[in-house]
Amino acid sequence: MSFSEIYKKIDQNKIKKIIYSATENDVERILKKSRWSVDDFPYLVSPVAEKFIEQMAKISRKITFLRFGKTIKLYAPLYVSNSCVNACKYCGFNVNNKFPRITLSIDEVLKEADEIFSHGIGHILLVSGEDKKAVPVEYFEEIVKRLREKFYAVSIEVYPMETEEYERLSKAGVTGIAVYQETYNLERYRELHKGPKADFFYRLETPERAAKAGFRELGLGTLFGLSDFRVDLSMVAIHARYLMKHYWKSQVAISFPRLRDAEGHFKPYEIVNDKQLAQVIFALRMVLNDVDIVLSTRENPEFRDGMVGLGVTRISAGSKTNPGGYSVHTDALKQFEIADERSPEEIARMIEEKGLEPVWKDFDKSFLFD
Amino acid sequence: MKPLIIAGKEIKSRLFIGTGKFPSPKVMAEALEVSGAEIVTVALRRVSFNSPDPTLSAIDFDKYIVLPNTSGAKDAEEAVRLARLARAASGINWVKLEVTPDPVYLLPDPFETLKAAEMLVKEGFVVLPYMHADPVLAKRLEDVGCATVMPLAAPIGSARGLKTEEFIRIIVEQANVPVVVDAGLGLPSHAARAIELGADAVLVNTAIALAEDPVKMARAFKLAVESAVLGIEAGPIEEQEKASASSPLTGFLD
Repeated sequence: MSFSEIYKKIDQNKIKKIIYSATENDVERILKKSRWSVDDFPYLVSPVAEKFIEQMAKISRKITFLRFGKTIKLYAPLYVSNSCVNACKYCGFNVNNKFPRITLSIDEVLKEADEIFSHGIGHILLVSGEDKKAVPVEYFEEIVKRLREKFYAVSIEVYPMETEEYERLSKAGVTGIAVYQETYNLERYRELHKGPKADFFYRLETPERAAKAGFRELGLGTLFGLSDFRVDLSMVAIHARYLMKHYWKSQVAISFPRLRDAEGHFKPYEIVNDKQLAQVIFALRMVLNDVDIVLSTRENPEFRDGMVGLGVTRISAGSKTNPGGYSVHTDALKQFEIADERSPEEIARMIEEKGLEPVWKDFDKSFLFD
Repeated sequence: MKPLIIAGKEIKSRLFIGTGKFPSPKVMAEALEVSGAEIVTVALRRVSFNSPDPTLSAIDFDKYIVLPNTSGAKDAEEAVRLARLARAASGINWVKLEVTPDPVYLLPDPFETLKAAEMLVKEGFVVLPYMHADPVLAKRLEDVGCATVMPLAAPIGSARGLKTEEFIRIIVEQANVPVVVDAGLGLPSHAARAIELGADAVLVNTAIALAEDPVKMARAFKLAVESAVLGIEAGPIEEQEKASASSPLTGFLD
């Protein structure tokens, strides 16, 4: 049974009711457990559970160290194109926004990658707007074949593809994908998206198609600010659990980007504050001990520093969110404004000062190729 | 206790150390030093033999036998490729074979482990396979030429101790190669118990790396293992159901 079928059976109103009617007694009862399941998640992200955030942080920290060690993995995104055929109301790359669209040539991508690698980053995430004509599968295939000579692992965050297309990319050397559902609220999703991305269920099943193609890592997430974040994250947890049980060879990673300023100046449905985001991360770590939890440079340095070691296992460093932003087109339009401008070296130092080891390499191309 | 000999090398320390999860390479190096270990295992996915690497730089290659491991390999072919890479880059032909398709519990795939072991032995590797505590699999791995067998005590990093004690006991009884209990040991007493069961050595990582004081914990494991070895050499008495007085109660009748 695909996750779409499961999704249709889930009563999100029931989840919402648990979240907003949970009592302190309920949360105390849940916290007394020694193991948690996704059924506990709505209680742990309830407004009333915010009072217990310190206790949750301690549990989350303990689980994170036990499962991942005292380490934080580093990666950097490489934006290859800001061309997009979708009109998503919240996104700077919206097709209706008028600005010069840039798609990097393969040589330009390699130049950008060299700049990233010169800072010691060996894990790279290729990001693009959703425009299959501007950045076809062959384009990524070629880039990955070239990048794998230098980089340890290459993931993609691009438009959803068919299983056969993912198989080609997997064969070329792509190790993982990230595809965020943005929001699991179907009505809200349809209000916000125009273009191919408006097909909610095609997007929802993307991690399954990627897993079938052999990707080792499946990245999920929602964009905070599009709908009720507590309900959305409860759905992410259920989705992640489903993937872990059905595609048990793939590592699941979860991201929680918060909306930031972008071209178009979309007004978020709600603002998620630092404390609420931290609560979500702790709750997620409690119910899904082994998922990678990712924090991007969208978040401010104080928050990122504070969260290192408390649940987060992977952070981006030195990111640029515009195509060519590292060295080629430094003035191109950014997908969103970043909040942590520090270099990878500075991030690594921060991690060390907190008593953890920055991990620059956690894969090797010889897993895939001779 | 009989000497521990792996692939013709005599290993004095019965404690092998893993190098993952430490807060820093410096702490790892200090823990290695006090542990007295001679064999240290490093994950190929985490290190780079071709460029300066913080973990490898912290290990004295003249002092330790570095045992590359194939952690992260999901099938036999991946594991074999990794082992070849390590040998080409470092000249080391020892490999700790790990084939763990499941990223959550990291349990070894018995079929792929056996397949990879056979391939690697044929290519001249000294193969030390991480495996379930399965006595039949242990014999099969021995038959294809593995230098040791390394049954798990409990899932990696779980610190749950010797959950597989009954099966490790059978493996030890039947083995013609050294038995190294690997994974799941959380306390020095767990390591001592494994040695008392007849294991030739133990491999510990998480319990040391994540201890509040990893260096002190490394020392604790060293002492526990040495203590268990001494205890065995001293000839322990047999377990008995009932009390046995150290002085006969009826001596006065003689």
